[in-house]
Amino acid sequence: MLEVSLRHGFGGFSLDAAFTAAPEGVTALFGPSGCGKSTILKAVAGLLRPDEGRIALDGEVLLDTAQRVMLPPERRHFGLVFQEARLFPHMNVATNLRYGLRRATSGATGPSFDEVLALLGIEPLLDRRPARLSGGERQRVALGRALLMRPRLLLMDEPLAALDAARRAEILPFLARLRDVARLPILYVTHALDEVDALADRLVLMEAGKVLAAGTVEELTARTDLPLATRRDAGVVIPCIIASHEPERGLTRFRFAGGELLAPLQTEPPGTRLRLRLRARDVSIALAPPGDISVQNVLPAKLAAIAPTGSPHEVFLHLALGETTMLARITRDALDRLGLVPGAEVWAMIKSVTFDHARGG
Amino acid sequence: MMQLSAEEWQAVRLSLDVASRSVLVSLLPAIGIAWLLTRGRFPGRFLLDAFVHLPLVVPPVVVGWALLMLFGVRGPIGAPLMEWFGIRLVFSTDGAALATAVMSFPLIVRAVRLGLEQVDPGLEAAASTLGAGPIDRFLTVTLPLMSPGILAGAVTAFAAGLGEFGAVITFASNIPGETQTLPLAIYAATQTPGGEATAGRLALISFGLAMCGLILAEMIGRHMHRLLGRF
Repeated sequence: MLEVSLRHGFGGFSLDAAFTAAPEGVTALFGPSGCGKSTILKAVAGLLRPDEGRIALDGEVLLDTAQRVMLPPERRHFGLVFQEARLFPHMNVATNLRYGLRRATSGATGPSFDEVLALLGIEPLLDRRPARLSGGERQRVALGRALLMRPRLLLMDEPLAALDAARRAEILPFLARLRDVARLPILYVTHALDEVDALADRLVLMEAGKVLAAGTVEELTARTDLPLATRRDAGVVIPCIIASHEPERGLTRFRFAGGELLAPLQTEPPGTRLRLRLRARDVSIALAPPGDISVQNVLPAKLAAIAPTGSPHEVFLHLALGETTMLARITRDALDRLGLVPGAEVWAMIKSVTFDHARGG
Repeated sequence: MMQLSAEEWQAVRLSLDVASRSVLVSLLPAIGIAWLLTRGRFPGRFLLDAFVHLPLVVPPVVVGWALLMLFGVRGPIGAPLMEWFGIRLVFSTDGAALATAVMSFPLIVRAVRLGLEQVDPGLEAAASTLGAGPIDRFLTVTLPLMSPGILAGAVTAFAAGLGEFGAVITFASNIPGETQTLPLAIYAATQTPGGEATAGRLALISFGLAMCGLILAEMIGRHMHRLLGRF
């Protein structure tokens, strides 16, 4: 487990943050630009000495300003993927990839050179110089280089931020595969919610140098007191599994902890684990099951709580479907017309769902 | 076709010898100083910077005189050198090389600094996270990436060193076969009745060597940048 607690001030900005990251899977540091998340990552990597702080991985102290301990980056063995790939321009791709591998601790294990080539699809690039690679290719090589140094922890500083939408879509599946293969803790800094949906297991929500909340993505997306809820795409992320395909209807059936959902036909085989984001704006409420309606998903739910939104004319409804909590955003007028009070039995109509990339296992 | 006399050839060979020795002597210190001036954060950096650049603005004769004071057989450095190692710098080829090295030192430092400033510190940070310690990083990342600056500095200093006059004549004197480099030979020729032809031939050679040096520096620079994948 990675434990981080830092205080750092510079140019009128102060960072005061503490959190832990799980021993496996992706912990995303999420927040707007300038909230201090990249500073945290630099301190964890050893590239920045914070005013005060303590950083430990699995009990081994890497930084403790009180004890005057600060391990230099080269002795931490943390892989770091930067926003701009930072490949060495005077070496070809193969030499770049081997740079970390040759300096890895002798006992460290990890995917082999060939496995990494296959995982990231970079075999055809081996002889090329970084200047002759596209942005997406460069970032894939940078990922490979970080993975081949056999890191104990992988740090990623907005690795997709410098890429256009098409390149992001190209890299995202590689990142998801890397996460499933690498079996390492990954600390991932981003300000893009779709990357959180696609990759993160745990979320550390930051604003203005402070940690607002930390927890699983499912927990935090179901809360209405966080800045996440004010976004247009606010809504819960729920894990589910593909139950079956119904090709004649062009639909796929998903099972989650609180029931089943239908969505347009997917290509992944039954049994695949996925995460769905159900946007609060796409969930409407009825008191009785509606008759002829185009919406595919009409599920019975219990109104657990009513919470304010940023707007005085709209509210969030917390809906309980079995163990799963869902959010719906409706107008205050609708709330009054339907006479909704906590405990009411309602029907949740889910107009659409958005998918992240397949999760392994 | 120009025919050079044995003495004239000697001056050409000696110039090449002195210039290459001066570059060899000053290259490593110049890399160190350039590093300190670019990356170092210490009090007195400004003073060091000014001191290194002194030979560019101080009259060369003054530099020669200062060397004479320091490295003369009774100077604070010259005396122990003579006593312990039997090395005499004044009036010797080594002394001419030393005077040339001091004069061209700021040229090398400037070029090396330009080369170092082109190295993205982010790449060194990347190397450190990949497990490379300070010396490892310097040798595998910084040095190769600043090498165009080092080479440009070396070639420029070599070309300039072929023509160093004031400091050499003051410190090492004008001894044919020992310290009489091209410019000194030209000067001696102009002072000799009937020496105009010799002076002209040697001046032409000086001009040719300097041009070759500058063109070579440019070509090496381009080639290195291509090797480093900058174009």
